[in-house]
Order: sequence, then C-alpha cells, then structure tokens
Amino acid sequence: MATGYVVDQRLDCKGLNCPLPVIKTKKAIETMAVGQVLEMVATDKGSKADMVAWSKSTGHELLDTREEPGFFFFYVRKTK
Amino acid sequence: MGMTVTSQELDQLVSAKVKELAERRLEQLVNERVRAALEAEGRSAGRPKRLAIVSSKGTLDAAYPPLILATTAAALDMEVGVFFTFFGLHILKKKGLGNLKFVPVANPAMPMPMPNLLGAFPGMTGLATLMMKQTIKQKQIASIPELMAMAKESGVKLWPCQMTMDMMDIKPDDLIDGLEEPVGAATFLEYASHADITLYV
Repeated sequence: MATGYVVDQRLDCKGLNCPLPVIKTKKAIETMAVGQVLEMVATDKGSKADMVAWSKSTGHELLDTREEPGFFFFYVRKTK
Repeated sequence: MGMTVTSQELDQLVSAKVKELAERRLEQLVNERVRAALEAEGRSAGRPKRLAIVSSKGTLDAAYPPLILATTAAALDMEVGVFFTFFGLHILKKKGLGNLKFVPVANPAMPMPMPNLLGAFPGMTGLATLMMKQTIKQKQIASIPELMAMAKESGVKLWPCQMTMDMMDIKPDDLIDGLEEPVGAATFLEYASHADITLYV
C-alpha cells in the first residue's frame, strides 16, 4: 500500500453492484473538499476497471488500489 | 566590408521578415477560426462529453441499460439526455415506473430453463417478473425507481416523446415528476448532433 496521504472519508460499497459503487463514489466526492482523500471499498469485481475509467473521466486522482480476498479498496483524491 | 548592405541582401532580409510575420499572423488567424467554429458547434475546450440515448422499450430488462448508462455517465461528469419514445415512455409513467414486467415469451436467454411455449401461459409474465425482481434485490442491484431517482438527482435530462403521448393517449398527469417538457424527434436529434455517444435501446 502506498503512503503519503491520509484518508479523510470512507465509503462502504460492499455488496453493491454496478453502477452503484461508481455513483456513490461520485456523490461522496461531491461532499468533500479539494485535496481530500476518499477510501472506497467494494466487492463488485467490475469496480476494478470502472474506478480507473471513472478517475480518467472525472479527473479525480486514483492514488492507490489494493485487494484483500473478496474486497477491493480504492483511494481517490478530489482534484477540483 | 559589411558597413553597407547590398540591395540583394536587403531584399533577402525583408523577405525573411515578411515571411516570418505572415506565418505568425496566419497561425493566429487559423487558431481564431478553429476556436470560433468549435464554439459555434458547442464544442469549446473543456466542454463536458455528452451522451444521448433513445429508450424505446418498456419492459423491466429493457429499462435497465438506458438508466444504468445515464446515471453512470452523469457520475463520469458527462452531460446526459434520454428520449423516451414508443413503449419506452411506459418507464416514465407513474403506473409504469415501479411496475415494469419481465416478459419470458420469445426470450431464449431466460435465466431459468423453461420451454419457450410455457412463457405464453397466463401468469408466466408475472412469475418471471417476480423472480427477476427477487434476484435484483438479492444481488443488491438498484431498482428501476432508484435509478430514475438517481438520474433526476444528477441532472439527466428526461424527455417524453410528444408523439407517443398523443398516440397512446398519455396525459402529462400520467407521467412522473421531474421530467423535461415533452418534445419531438427534432429536439432529440439536435441534442444528439452535439453528442459524443448516441445509443438506441
């Protein structure tokens, strides 16, 4: 796991399916301040690729991802 | 020695300078024209990407793709408009939104093994719909009303087709709240002509 950032907010998307993790991430990011970091955890396998696409499309920075058996963690910094 | 400049040298200097100035001016002009043309088309730099969808079918399974794509595109900071036409308009009806049916007839991709003819028996549509809804709930997939609420919340434009309303005798009061005014094909096409992605479902 990369270091150099502090998680400001956590979002639990365990059990949720496409497109809910991405939509809930977007909603959570909207409530945060620029520069803050969101940790999102999902069980949806599709979210691995989808979060990369979401970050590419919105410009919010995907700092890091990691996996635990059955769980996918995403770390996103709000950029704007 | 180089104290005096011959007229030939002077000609060369002047033409080099003229060429440099002309090139710079030309580049400026091209940039201005391109920017103006893009702006006239609504495509100035930094403009959000646009998704335009036609939703033309009113079954439970056919309502998912347009609403999932619309809500996701909005989450991806895209601008989204969905035109509900023909049976797709059923999705926007107060009595339709939460009551869409999954029709097993003529669907060879049915998740449960069932001879196709059985699908035509009375009650089979209701049964298949019930089973589909249970699966949706169990797997924590968003329901159609939930997706519709998300679409509205994220600013997706939802257009009812005026012609379909006239044809099927659907009144504005029959439709859910939060929609755009009913429009025709031209409005959708004008919107879609500035879209980056256009889909027909």
